[in-house]
Amino acid sequence: MTVYLLRRLFQSLLVLVAMSVIVFVGVYAVGDPVEILISPDADQFERERAIRALGLDLPLWQQYLVFVKNALQGDLGRSFVFSEPALQLILQKMPATLELAFGAMFISILIGLPLGLYAGLKPDSPGAKVIMAGSILGFSLPTFWVGLMLIMVFAVQLGWLPSTGRGETLWGWSFLTANGLSHLLLPAINLALFKISLVIRLTRSGVRETMLMDYVKFARAKGLSPARVTYVHVFKNILIPVVTVVGLELGSTIAFSVVTESVFAWPGMGKLIIDSINVLDRPVIVAYLMIIVLMFIVINLIVDILYSVLDPRVRLEGQA
Amino acid sequence: MSRRFRGLSGEKIMAWKGVALALAGAIGLSAPATAQTLTMAVGAPVTSLDPHFHQLSPNNAVAAMVFDRLVNTDGQARQVPGLAESWSTVAPDTWEFKLRRGVRFHNGNEFTAEDVAFTFRRVPNVPNSPSSFAAFVRPIREVQVVDSHTIRLRTDGPYPLLPQDMTNVYILDRETHENATTEDFNAGRAAVGTGPFRVVSHRLGDRIEFERNDEYFGDKPHWQRVNYRMIVNDSARTAALLAGDVEFIDQVPTADLARLRRDDRLYMSEVTGLRIIYLSLDHPREEASPFVTDNNGQPLPRNPLRDLRVRRALSMAIDRQAIVDRVMEGAATPSGQFFPPGIFSYVPDLPAPRFDAEGARRLLAEAGFPQGFRITLHGPNDRYPNDGRIIQAIGQMWTRIGVRTAVEAQPWTTFVARAGRQEFSAFLIGWGSNPEGSHPLRNLIATFNRDRGWGASNRGRYSNPEVDALLIQALGTINDGEREQILIRAQRMALEDVAIIPLHIQTNIWAMRNHLRHDSRADELTRAQDVKPAR
Repeated sequence: MTVYLLRRLFQSLLVLVAMSVIVFVGVYAVGDPVEILISPDADQFERERAIRALGLDLPLWQQYLVFVKNALQGDLGRSFVFSEPALQLILQKMPATLELAFGAMFISILIGLPLGLYAGLKPDSPGAKVIMAGSILGFSLPTFWVGLMLIMVFAVQLGWLPSTGRGETLWGWSFLTANGLSHLLLPAINLALFKISLVIRLTRSGVRETMLMDYVKFARAKGLSPARVTYVHVFKNILIPVVTVVGLELGSTIAFSVVTESVFAWPGMGKLIIDSINVLDRPVIVAYLMIIVLMFIVINLIVDILYSVLDPRVRLEGQA
Repeated sequence: MSRRFRGLSGEKIMAWKGVALALAGAIGLSAPATAQTLTMAVGAPVTSLDPHFHQLSPNNAVAAMVFDRLVNTDGQARQVPGLAESWSTVAPDTWEFKLRRGVRFHNGNEFTAEDVAFTFRRVPNVPNSPSSFAAFVRPIREVQVVDSHTIRLRTDGPYPLLPQDMTNVYILDRETHENATTEDFNAGRAAVGTGPFRVVSHRLGDRIEFERNDEYFGDKPHWQRVNYRMIVNDSARTAALLAGDVEFIDQVPTADLARLRRDDRLYMSEVTGLRIIYLSLDHPREEASPFVTDNNGQPLPRNPLRDLRVRRALSMAIDRQAIVDRVMEGAATPSGQFFPPGIFSYVPDLPAPRFDAEGARRLLAEAGFPQGFRITLHGPNDRYPNDGRIIQAIGQMWTRIGVRTAVEAQPWTTFVARAGRQEFSAFLIGWGSNPEGSHPLRNLIATFNRDRGWGASNRGRYSNPEVDALLIQALGTINDGEREQILIRAQRMALEDVAIIPLHIQTNIWAMRNHLRHDSRADELTRAQDVKPAR
């Protein structure tokens, strides 16, 4: 296990370095941050001063070395736009995104698992057909459109929920207050829609496959109650693909919930990163992607560990 | 991941937004409003509360709520007394400002001439500033504090623009801000000014809360508290207004204009702004221009854009009124110059060039291109309202006179860098002017000259020594009336030479719930003190 972890760590390090190089070269190739940030009526003198102030007068490789040197001391640079440490900027926005992502994940499991189970156990019932048709909608409707529709119906038309923003927070979390929760609901549902469909489909196909397995037939033949067969023998076995996908989806939800965050003006990391890309705020882009890479590494690790908890076979292989 | 990013495509959002708003229009709108509290949403993020950190309209709007300048500006961008009650030249190279007495900062400190002197010292020395305010104080050679409320500023020779420059410099308090960093401002600790509002809380890029400064020396704003939110997404901002979550928004998307105007629960305020949209042409290349070819795709031996007749033909071929009516939904005014009427140094009798496709074809033939040529017109697609669609329209109009035009729109981030390296032959771009002819002339028209600091945004590299000479003369003329005449001559000369092809001046539009009214501003700033209850 230690060897495995060390190998993982080394791989992650390589990924981090590669990623930072790509972002450096990429931003350099796209354009000049000073052209975008500086007031259009700044004269040549001001432009040169700004270039020096942001450290962009050095050759690219020197800029990168400066970055690496500071990064080793835990300093990922200051945002060109806000002049605040990039890391701090991102961490400030993190709770908003985390609660949105976990909220969406929670909703998708709460709704997706039971529906998928039902559709898998009774594939020919009209209910299952409705569920499967609905899941196609969840896959195919564009997130931003659904977001706008949710706003139009629940905020503008019915006036039940606020249209945008984050509302009151308690210790930086909005799901702890009623007002904050009401702000969280619409964007979380919007983000969850795609994932609900995903969970439904994974669960359903898992159930259908597993029901034909010999051990299920044997359990039935042994005379176990249908409930026990479903919830112990089948359910445990279909969870592995669901956990994998949900874990990876969680990662991408945290990292790339850009559309939902901008439609609902949710002040999270997704909005920050898209704004930063628009103005080529390189320190924030680099820091953000580094955090995201780290997060994916951690999530994958957790998924691996969950496997071994859920499936004894994985554990056995590990010991062998 | 790619699925989600693709979802952001502007055009798709526009298309669906129409549907979304149609729904909203059919439905009742509620109007909850706490008296004395104003909730407003702006479309561009404020990047800092430090008024000397980043020269950017959204930042300046917030700075104008919290701080004051020596010279303030009214809705038509005219100079009005701010922290200075009057100003005049006491010698050709010296301006004297008489400061307002009895003004206090939010923390009770008295405002004096020492604070002005301190501000001028701080402005050029803000670390990491991506767009500094230093240019506005650089002409000042010497600051002389005459008494507690009189200050003299000496410049190198006569400098008529000093009061104009002073409309950009927000005055800080020496005692409070001696060592204040940009972070101190952002945290609210140092966001202490003399302005009509004080900062209560600030969440970077999300929202700012203000409360009224009851000690303010000018007109006191109506609002006891203001929630100032940043909702960058156009449809989200409009939806928030329709849902009543906010009562006031700026940057109303043109696609929603017609529908919002018909809604009698809303009220719109608008004014012709100071931002001109224009085409820039490749002037310096004698030989082939990179994106101009003959009709067979072969490079032309000479650059046709250097021929005045070709430039005039390209300008005449554009039906500006059609672009304004159909692409901009009326939210612009066709223009042949930088300023709308009524602004200092507006050029009289210089209307927008008349649309004349026949005449354009004749001019092309005279210039030796009876069969036209091919050109690629570049432009941004995420910078100005409808920018991508405007260049498409122009591409069709040019093709109609025989100049077969390919259109290439790209994101601002890549576009602006390439335009700045003179990689294009013709491109669309915009410019927000100060209300003073020397401002666009110096930046867009004057010969690129690093030592003078001229032509920094002259991306087509137009150069006309006569215009340059007039500009030098204007910048040495203190008398406003005389200077205006020189600037008018210089502008007329450059525009008749088609240095650029002006298209239209944008209209600034704000939308609000019907119980509000707004004093619109040509300079695009969205400030709470300009919003009032309807009576």
